[in-house]
Amino acid sequence: MTNLYKSVPVRSSEITPKQVYLSRRDFMKAATVAASAALLAACAPSVTEMPQNAAPAPTSTATDELGNPVNTYEDITNYNNYYEFTTDKQGVAGLAKDFKTIPWTIEVGRLVNKPKTFGIDDLLKTFTQEERIYRLRCVEAWSMVIPWEGFTLANLLNMVEPTSEAKYVRFETVYRPDEMPGQKSPFYSWPYQEGLRLDEAMNDLTFLATGLYGEPNVPQNGTPIRLVVPWKYGFKSIKSIVKIELVAELPATLWNAIAPNEYGFYSNVNPDVDHPRWSQASERRIGELSRVPTLPFNGYGEQVASLYDGMDLNVNY
Amino acid sequence: MKKFPYTPLQIAIHIYAWFGIALLIFDFATGNISPNPVQDLEQRTGRHALTLLVLLLLCTPINTLFKWSEPLKRRRALGLYTFMYATIHVIIFADLDYGLAWSRLLQEVIQKSRLVVGAIAFILLIPLAITSFDIWKKRLGKNWKRLHQLVYFLAPLVVLHYLWSKKGDILSLQGEILKPLIYGLIIAIFLIVRIPPIKKALASFSTRMMSLLPPKKSAA
Repeated sequence: MTNLYKSVPVRSSEITPKQVYLSRRDFMKAATVAASAALLAACAPSVTEMPQNAAPAPTSTATDELGNPVNTYEDITNYNNYYEFTTDKQGVAGLAKDFKTIPWTIEVGRLVNKPKTFGIDDLLKTFTQEERIYRLRCVEAWSMVIPWEGFTLANLLNMVEPTSEAKYVRFETVYRPDEMPGQKSPFYSWPYQEGLRLDEAMNDLTFLATGLYGEPNVPQNGTPIRLVVPWKYGFKSIKSIVKIELVAELPATLWNAIAPNEYGFYSNVNPDVDHPRWSQASERRIGELSRVPTLPFNGYGEQVASLYDGMDLNVNY
Repeated sequence: MKKFPYTPLQIAIHIYAWFGIALLIFDFATGNISPNPVQDLEQRTGRHALTLLVLLLLCTPINTLFKWSEPLKRRRALGLYTFMYATIHVIIFADLDYGLAWSRLLQEVIQKSRLVVGAIAFILLIPLAITSFDIWKKRLGKNWKRLHQLVYFLAPLVVLHYLWSKKGDILSLQGEILKPLIYGLIIAIFLIVRIPPIKKALASFSTRMMSLLPPKKSAA
């Protein structure tokens, strides 16, 4: 079926100009203000002051390397899949508001010569932070373009020196059911865990994000440190990491354990391998209405396709 | 003065049914929608259709248990509202989401089981909506009831459609399955209490309970 719907690179001319969709949002905001003003006026005629807009949500004129404009800060921080808080994407920001991230340590160990526990401040000081604008493609067939701040995972791994037996990297999210209500749900085997093959982890694209839009990361986006693997479906990019382990065996991952036929270990973005229950051929870019074709490896094939030479990606999905 | 022609139950049903659309329009107009508005619309109209279907299936058990027959008369309205939301749901999917690209749409629908069951449920709703009027009831006679019993088959399909649209696995009770599971259990209960021996037992139980209550004055 996918022949019908080939994956062609999206030309920048086909993309809704940012000003257009921004103006749509402005219109909605203006309408909100007008409507709430009308409501206020109706309920309390004495109110004379118009509600002032809070500090304007940051936007950026930046684009990714394909010319896709980055999403607004508001969209990125208010539409989150973070089941540790809730399965309601718009509900995460509110529930995560008071999530405590100080102090925070990340234990890096197992098959390494120099195991080390880093405080988040050590990481920020030790590794130069840079900006990376990455497309994020959710397995639910929506996507965003996000300007992350952070550093490559390879920098961290090189520092701890993986031994020759190390073949995979295993990541684990913090487990705090008292602060993360979703972790009380019996339908998931918390804590969240994810994994990469060592060569995937060492790829220059594989990133540890500590910030967003030039500011420190916010809880709903995985404070204080999260993985970003832009050529894989979003659930591989584990949030709020407390443990990174170099291991010899393929590590278990949360979604793979739930439904192995739906969420493979690799989970590379691939329009030709559909999720068993929905198509992955196209996606909806948040902020736009129509669908755009999904690109193999989410458009990062040049940098990562060679990692999978000789592998059948229909089997190793 | 004429008597007010609507019962409280009728008013409640109409208000509830239209409130869903009113809220959608209000949220859209005020920008109170998710950054993924098409999906938002799909999910909200779908959930609303399913909720109305549950209320529809509740009518008979209420009559069985409480000997209150008015809900039986409201099944038509609830059924038609279910159809209305299902239709909006399907139009949004075909038009807003897939831009009426029929060949792609058809391919997607026949390949994905969640869309197959959703489509079957919707197609089955169409004859039920058309024949929900008295003239068809007369014309079809006994067959009318048989036709409308399709809803017992259709309702579980809708729950399957909902369940399969979420990330999870029902057999291992893992993932995002809580809401579909709740809807499924409620519908299962509402269907079970229709099985003749169970219905009979419930009805006689209800009669006994009622006889314990102090007699009502206004009963006609």
